[in-house]
Parts: sequence; C-alpha cells; structure tokens
Amino acid sequence: MKSLEELREIKEKMQGQIGVRADSSNDTRVVVGMATCGIASGARPVLNTLVEEVNKEKLEHVTVSQTGCIGLCQFEPIVEVFEPGKEKVTYVKMNPEKAAIVVEQHLKGGKPVAEYMLDAEYR
Amino acid sequence: MYRAHVLVCGGTGCNSGGSKKIISKLREEIEKNDLNDEVCVVETGCHGLCAQGPIVVVYPDAVSYAKVTVDDVPEIVEEHLLKGRVVERLVYKEESMDSRITSLNDTAFYRKQKRIALRNCGVIDPESIDEYIGTDGYEALGKVLTEMTPDEVIQVILDSGLRGRGGAGFPTGLKWKFASGNRGNVQKYVCCNADEGDPGAFMDRSVLEGDPHVVLEAMAIAGYAIGANQGYIYVRAEYPIAVDRLRTAIKQAREYGLLGKDIFGTGFDFDIDLRLGAGAFVCGEETALMTSIEGNRGEPRPRPPFPAVKGLFQSPTILNNVETYANIPRIILNGPEWFASMGTEKSKGTKVFALGGKINNTGLVEIPMGTTLRTIVEEIGGGIPEGKKFKAAQTGGPSGGCIPAEHFDIPIDYDNLISIGSMMGSGGLIVMDEDNCMVDIAKFFLEFTVDESCGKCTPCRVGTKRMYEILDKITKGQGTMEDLGKLEELAYYIKDNALCGLGQTAPNPVLSTLRYFKDEYIAHVKDKRCPAGVCKDLLQYIIDPDKCRGCTMCARTCPANAISGKVKEVHTIDPDKCIKCGACMSSCGFGAIYKK
Repeated sequence: MKSLEELREIKEKMQGQIGVRADSSNDTRVVVGMATCGIASGARPVLNTLVEEVNKEKLEHVTVSQTGCIGLCQFEPIVEVFEPGKEKVTYVKMNPEKAAIVVEQHLKGGKPVAEYMLDAEYR
Repeated sequence: MYRAHVLVCGGTGCNSGGSKKIISKLREEIEKNDLNDEVCVVETGCHGLCAQGPIVVVYPDAVSYAKVTVDDVPEIVEEHLLKGRVVERLVYKEESMDSRITSLNDTAFYRKQKRIALRNCGVIDPESIDEYIGTDGYEALGKVLTEMTPDEVIQVILDSGLRGRGGAGFPTGLKWKFASGNRGNVQKYVCCNADEGDPGAFMDRSVLEGDPHVVLEAMAIAGYAIGANQGYIYVRAEYPIAVDRLRTAIKQAREYGLLGKDIFGTGFDFDIDLRLGAGAFVCGEETALMTSIEGNRGEPRPRPPFPAVKGLFQSPTILNNVETYANIPRIILNGPEWFASMGTEKSKGTKVFALGGKINNTGLVEIPMGTTLRTIVEEIGGGIPEGKKFKAAQTGGPSGGCIPAEHFDIPIDYDNLISIGSMMGSGGLIVMDEDNCMVDIAKFFLEFTVDESCGKCTPCRVGTKRMYEILDKITKGQGTMEDLGKLEELAYYIKDNALCGLGQTAPNPVLSTLRYFKDEYIAHVKDKRCPAGVCKDLLQYIIDPDKCRGCTMCARTCPANAISGKVKEVHTIDPDKCIKCGACMSSCGFGAIYKK
C-alpha cells in the first residue's frame, strides 16, 4: 500500500461489514419474522436480500435483524419497519423482489410501499 | 455480506473459560444449519465483563450472552441465529435490571463507561488488519504523514492534555517534545512499555489482545513526531495471546506497507520489533526496561540523564505505556479539544481500570477521569458480594495506596489520588470489604516488592526486607508501638533514597494504611487482636458453652486433636494445640464455634 486512497478503499469495503456492530439505538430497524412459519414461507431469502440491498445502498442507519413468530402466520414472510418517532409499518407476503423495492422506495426514498402493507390485504 | 455477526471474546479470561471450543462449536453448528453465508463468527478481544465470561455477543441486535458453555451453542444457533428468538436464559442480566432483554450498552456496567482506549476491544477481530482499518485504523497515521509537521503532532498531543497512563501521569506531549530535538541527525527510538506487572492488573494485556494495531499505529505516529525510525515493544512473555496477536499485527502491517520503508509514499520509514520480558517486575521501570532491551540484566540506572536525552542504546528515546498509545490515534483524528473536553481540569480523557477483589463485576472498565469511586464500585462494579461493607480500595498496586470509605465520593484523577496518599498507578483497582485486614494487605504488597526488588540499591534491597519483617512481627502479635514508629521512619527513608520508582514507591501501601487504618495496627500491637479476623496468629477459636450440644463433630474433625470433651458435654479447644484451620467452625452444626 502506497497511498491513503488504497487505505480508504479497504476502509470503505470493511465499514459495511463492521457497521453491523455499531451502536444502533437510533437506527431504523427492519425486522424479519423468522419463526418456523416465516422460514417455511421463504423469509430467509427476504432477510438476505434486505441485508444485501441495505449494504449496497450504504444505508448506515438501517439495522436489519430477525425476530420470532409475529402471530400472523398466514401473512408470512412478514417484514416490520420501525423508524424512530414514526409508526411501525408492516409488510406482508414478502419475497426478495418486493424486499428490494421496499429498500429502494421506503428505506432509501422515505415512502412506505402501500401495496405491500398489511392494511392492503384487508382492503 | 453477513446479516449477523457472532462475537466471541477471546481475551485471556474468556479463553480460559473455553471460548476457543465455543468458537469451533459455533462454526460447526452454523455449517450444520446451512448459515455459512449469512452468519459470521469473530473472535474478539476483551469485552470487560470477565466475571461473566465466556461472553458471546450477537449483532445487529447486540444481545449478549454470559457464561456460555459449549452445550449452549446448538440452542443459540438454532433459536437465535436461525429463528431469531433470543435465548433468554443465557442473556446477561444485572440484579437491578428488569427482565426485558437489553443490549449490552444499556447495562449499568457499560452505561457509565466511555471507551476510547478500549474502543475496538470486543468489537473487531484483533487478527484482521482490515477490520482495524474499517474502524478508521491507520487513518491517523496517514493524516500526520501527509498533512501535519512533526511539531504540529507534538502540539496536538500537548493540547490534548494526555498524561502517561502507566502510573506517574507525566504529560505525554512534553515527553515527546523533550525527545524531538535534532531530528534526522541522530538515531532515536520509540518504546512501548507492555510489562504490566501489578498484581491484579490487566489493562494493557486487554488492549494488546483486543486491538494490537492501535499500538503499532500510535508508535509510528510517535516515531514521526520525534524523528525515530525504530520501535520496540517490551511485552511480558507471560502474555502468550498478546504476544501472538502482536506478532500477527506487525506482520500484517509490514505486508500492507504500514510499517517499513516509505510509508504512504512519504519517505518516512518506521519499523517495530518485539522484546519479551521474563517477568521481572522491575523491568516495568523505564530505565530497567531499556537496559533489558539492550540485552543486559534488567536493573535501573540513575536519572538524569532522562531517556529523552540518553535512553535506549544511549540514544534519545520515548517510552510510553500501552494505554497511552491507545489514545493517540483518536486524539489525532478527533482533535485535542475533543479529548480535553473529557475528564477533570488537570486529568483529561478516560482511564481504564481492572476491577478485582471483593466486587461483583470483576473485569475491565474505562471511565472518564473524575468519575467517583462510588460510581465505579457500586454502579459499574455492581457492588460488593454478599452485601458486605466497603472498607477500602487499593489503586496503583504495590506502588499505590488505599482509598478508605471516607473518600468514597472522591472524583478519581491523578492529583486527587495523590492528595489522599494513593496514586493512579497503571489502573489496578482492588476492592476490599470488612473481612480484609489492612495490615495483612500492606504485608502482602511488601512481600511482593521484597521478592521483586532487583537488589541494586541498598534502601530497596535491605529496607523493604526490614519493613516486611516488622509487619510480619505485628501480624503475629509480637509488635511494639516503637515498631510502628520505626516502620514509618524506614518508609520515608526508602522513599527518599531508593534508586528507582520501584523502591521509591514500595512503602506507599504501608504509609497509606498507617494513615487511614492506624487503629488496626494498634489493635494488632496493643490488644494482640486482628479486627478483621485474618491474621491467624491473633485468632482464637472458641466454643460457646451455651450452644454446644456435645455432638463430638468438631473433635472428630480437628486435625490437630486440639478439641476435647465428652459426648453430650460442652467441648473446649486447647489454644496451644489449635492450628487455626477453621475446620471445626465449618463442621459445627449448631453455630457454637466462633473466632475472635
């Protein structure tokens, strides 16, 4: 290594990795239901897509994690988004494609995707 | 890209608790559940909660599991990592906490801490230079080499108010300034003192184990500041994990060109070598340490000349402690004002303490200067076990003194501690409760210095031995009031006349216990009594005739046949035969035996 630029390249590459371990109390939390029902209906690819897209878009203040059964098994895979100071948004019957759109429009763009939300199912 | 990181503490404490086995079991179970591409396992340095080890922390949720065993691993993997359900029974909980699951940062243990020197400990993999770089590593070195002059670097360190964390508290910037003259024309050296020898202290070990690159980076910065191109780290051979990780770190830094020739293409050369100490306490003293690096027997030499003028191999040298170095890169990146905004008027920043003795959360903590002893013991340390009463805290190890309960609310910094007859020391903090005898504590530390005195100067070699003998006499109930006077006189004589820091500070434990606990000394001398019930020769085991049922249990247990009595009659102990082992007391089913 002969320049600071090379150092910063490594830093940038690693920050996405290590960022997971930072204090995340003020972050937007994206939680994927990963109980048996969730996993059976395909929550894992959803979770992995979220992790990858969030990293790709460099959304530093978004934490993607998992939780157990949310109770609405017929709507799995379920993704919940908790933004500090805002009401929770619940996305249902998710798949990797929808997950990518949620990252793009909601987490990055700030506009929740109404058509994937739980309310839409009831309408 | 991993969605979850499992951090397992690989510090010495958790390592001896089996963290290596936990790591391999984790990897095995993760493989079994096909989570290889989603979850990574990282071996980190010390998290600080050594009493609760082995510690496993799962991110991004920051859930921390305590006292984890190999058998717990399948449950953690299946429940938490696969299904996202926290394994509550293993989550670290504090007594004062409600049952809701909390991340480590919310616990009383971490809440009041401010981690600068320990910033990366327990967060990154110490064997990965990339992870260090990912947390701004070597950025400060890049900054000083490309943007700052050596004098500017020294000015930043001066302005930050950083003082030596090895114990004496000398301003670091000043030390660097003294060694900075004549750059480029003379050979100079940068040394790191990692010869941590105080009983119960392990701050430096934890930094080296958890974040070795920070020391390398800071030493290179120091080298640039004073104009040196060679560094030595003097580390104890008894720290095998630290030595291994340092070796790995040096190798990685050389491969990346962050040590060696022409760093960052600026023409600055700097390299670092390790020197292993064989465990002599005196080698932590700066002149003895350098004598040892030179290949000679580790003995101190008189100062002046100071190392900044004539140090290692007779060349200008700066020697700083591990923790001091660990603060440097952050000061360069965040600015001296940031550092100086923490702490007290004359002691800036934070200090790492190794908590030990009679305290619930044995472990490693980093607190802003000026935090009170009460906060450290009661809040961060979780108080004293079994509801016992705080008696004193010993800081500074064999060179320091004790802080009695009357100074429980003193804000801890260099000058306050000296004003009450103790000292900051390198950061060992041993808590004592009502069951500790202060004369016995003083004797313990004196025994240590007698053992570790190198023998070069008479005040230390002979003086500490004589002090020890007087203390021994007192704890055996053979002391006189004249002995107390003699003890004090000798203490001051040694302080004034010993050659190096070891001897000059050796009497401190005696002086400070004499100052605050003279009544205990007098009780030993006049009443032939040890108030805390520690000194064996002054103890007497007695059977309460009202409680004794004559069951003969004690008589049968006594290894010295000192107890006599007939069945169903009151027994008695013959004090001449009694060896004060206490076996009778623990065997008595009626609580009839007591000691006084």
